[in-house]
Amino acid sequence: MLHLEGVKKSYLQANGEFLRILDVPKFEVATGEQMVLVGRSGCGKTTLLHIIAGISRADAGTIRIDQVEVNKLSEAGRDRYRAIKLGYVFQTFNLLPAFSALENVLLGMTFARGKRDTNRARQLLDRVGLSARAGHKPSAMSVGEQQRVAVARALANRPRLLLADEPTANVDPANQQKIIDLIRDTCREEDIALVLVTHAREVADQFDRVDRLEDVNRVVSTPAQEVS
Amino acid sequence: MSLIRIAWRSIQQRGLASFLTAVSMALGVMMVVAVLSVHGVVAKSFRNNSSLGYNQIVGARGGRLQLTMNTVFYLSKPVANIPYEYYLEFVPEEERRAALSHTLREELHAAQWETLNTAMAIDSQHGAGLAALGSQFAGELLEAQGRQQLDLERGGKFSQFTAFAIPVCLGDYFGPFRVVGTTPDMFDQLRYGPASDQAFEFSAGRNFKRWTPEHGYFEAVVGASVAREMNVGVGDGFSPSHGDPEGDQHGDQFKIVGVLEYSGTPNDRAAFINMEGFYLMDDHAKPIDTGELDEDTAAPPGAAAPDGQHGRPETEPVVQSLPVEQREVSAVLVRTSSDIFGMLMADSINKSNVAQCVQPIREITLLFDEFVGPVQLALLVVTALICVVSGVSILVSIYNSMSDRKHEIAVMRALGASRTTVMTVILLESVLLSMAGGVAGWAGGHALNTLASDQIEQRTGVSINFLSLAPPLENLDLWGMGPIIGLVSPELWLIPALILLAIIVGFLPALSAYQTDVAKSLGS
Repeated sequence: MLHLEGVKKSYLQANGEFLRILDVPKFEVATGEQMVLVGRSGCGKTTLLHIIAGISRADAGTIRIDQVEVNKLSEAGRDRYRAIKLGYVFQTFNLLPAFSALENVLLGMTFARGKRDTNRARQLLDRVGLSARAGHKPSAMSVGEQQRVAVARALANRPRLLLADEPTANVDPANQQKIIDLIRDTCREEDIALVLVTHAREVADQFDRVDRLEDVNRVVSTPAQEVS
Repeated sequence: MSLIRIAWRSIQQRGLASFLTAVSMALGVMMVVAVLSVHGVVAKSFRNNSSLGYNQIVGARGGRLQLTMNTVFYLSKPVANIPYEYYLEFVPEEERRAALSHTLREELHAAQWETLNTAMAIDSQHGAGLAALGSQFAGELLEAQGRQQLDLERGGKFSQFTAFAIPVCLGDYFGPFRVVGTTPDMFDQLRYGPASDQAFEFSAGRNFKRWTPEHGYFEAVVGASVAREMNVGVGDGFSPSHGDPEGDQHGDQFKIVGVLEYSGTPNDRAAFINMEGFYLMDDHAKPIDTGELDEDTAAPPGAAAPDGQHGRPETEPVVQSLPVEQREVSAVLVRTSSDIFGMLMADSINKSNVAQCVQPIREITLLFDEFVGPVQLALLVVTALICVVSGVSILVSIYNSMSDRKHEIAVMRALGASRTTVMTVILLESVLLSMAGGVAGWAGGHALNTLASDQIEQRTGVSINFLSLAPPLENLDLWGMGPIIGLVSPELWLIPALILLAIIVGFLPALSAYQTDVAKSLGS
């Protein structure tokens, strides 16, 4: 369901030259598939997720999700596509501090469809074990609880693909496995494809498919190159 | 979750800064509401007094506006007086004849005739019958000529145009309030209100009378504000001070026999005394050239009162207490029998060198249009600028928060919010802050109005409550938009004005949100 081909991305440096940081000849994820991307820091994992999510635009190549070529969409189209088709779990949770747990979950729905499904939001909070904390703001919650809310928020719109960027990096070991189990179980139940980026070997070892970004991204496998 | 709720949550997140910003806007709006209310009260007060019950003021030549301000609002000092006899040109023959029956000329003529009559009686005793008859005929002829010179046998030359004419004599004070010497017609004939159909009511007592056995010529009626502020009522007495609130008090005391109900007219703030009593007070008799008259006939004021005392004559004197030649009036309030007659009469009066005739409504309207209106417009502009400054504080508040909120905005964008959506959220924040401040300011302004409502009603007669909206700005023509903005209360224009202001000041931070680099800000 996710198909990347010939995807390239460069950034303009202060000296006016472009630095290529991503060159992905081919990358695919099947519907409902759960896979892990591993790689050292700075190898372009987050950039790749941003390009898949339509947050950043690739310089070249094809990014297709469910037959939709994301890279050809307008910015507004990518926003809408992201809101409806994708879920995103951030390393730092990125819950909005002014909103309660329930409101954070509802927020994604607001941007996707313009209307909220409070029942669905409550079900998700119940599923992540936080139904009693629905009215609490992030500042009143533990790190583990915050990340669980972030997972519930990412799943709120029944996405086709969930991107998780090191979701357990800031979570204590006791909660780490709970978060991974929660994400995997939910994706499995709702037939959501999962691309999870992690540094943690113990997390990666649980997945059948583990891709090293060095194998995916040509730039990482060769020294950084400047692009003319 | 609606975008409004998202915006509101952001406002709550920055509670103190948002509160202070809203307070700043509230103060600005409160001032605008206060100015609009003052404008409304002034306009309504002017409008209430635009139907005065009379349509012409006849007074001494000079400033038209000053005559109007003096006579209608009891403000400023009178320019000069006009002869009482000129006032008599507005009254019917019978009343005029009665008034002129007590003149120094009449007394001189009577004395001359009596002397001649005595001489003829002596002559008839000694002379032949035919000679005596001739002498008697000559005497009667002389008397008739004398009477003709007195000019008694006619009505006032403007009386045919006049429905009523009420003289007023100004110059004295009761405390800070003007004392108005007039006739009982002031309250018997004059009507007020938009349709000039409301009679002046008395909350206590009655109208003063021209003469009563109990108080003679010295009865008075006070306006409601005068009664309250001077703490006087029926049965109390007061001695007017001459020419100035701080001036010397006259020796004569007037008895208050009535207190007016609040009417919302300048009469609330005046004391009305019987004009006959006014003339009897020291220094109120016009000095006359006694060269024309015998010293015997040029009697001092009040000499004609039967018992020589002003206050309590046993019966009403046959003659008026002060000869006509020694009387003056400050102005005459005239209601003409028709507008056309009014114009004719005004032309005739203004061509003379004695007096001028002004149309008070015209003068008041001119005053409002040329002075009060622009002043209020200036005030309105200043307060509107205060609102703009408050709006800028919203801009500063939101804009300063934008650097902290880049990450928040990037998260919203990552969740699927479009650039337009985040921009809308910021604009809604600005609008909500502006409206919250606006509502608080509106409520504050109206609360102030409510607190001051008693004072306002007492001073202007205009009744306002918490929900009273300022009336349309009929007199303000903003860039030719007068007819448009004059249709509804300007307070209703505050709503779109505040929204527009909020959108303008919110645009810069909203643009900043619009331009947020999501990928970069997510990592920050």
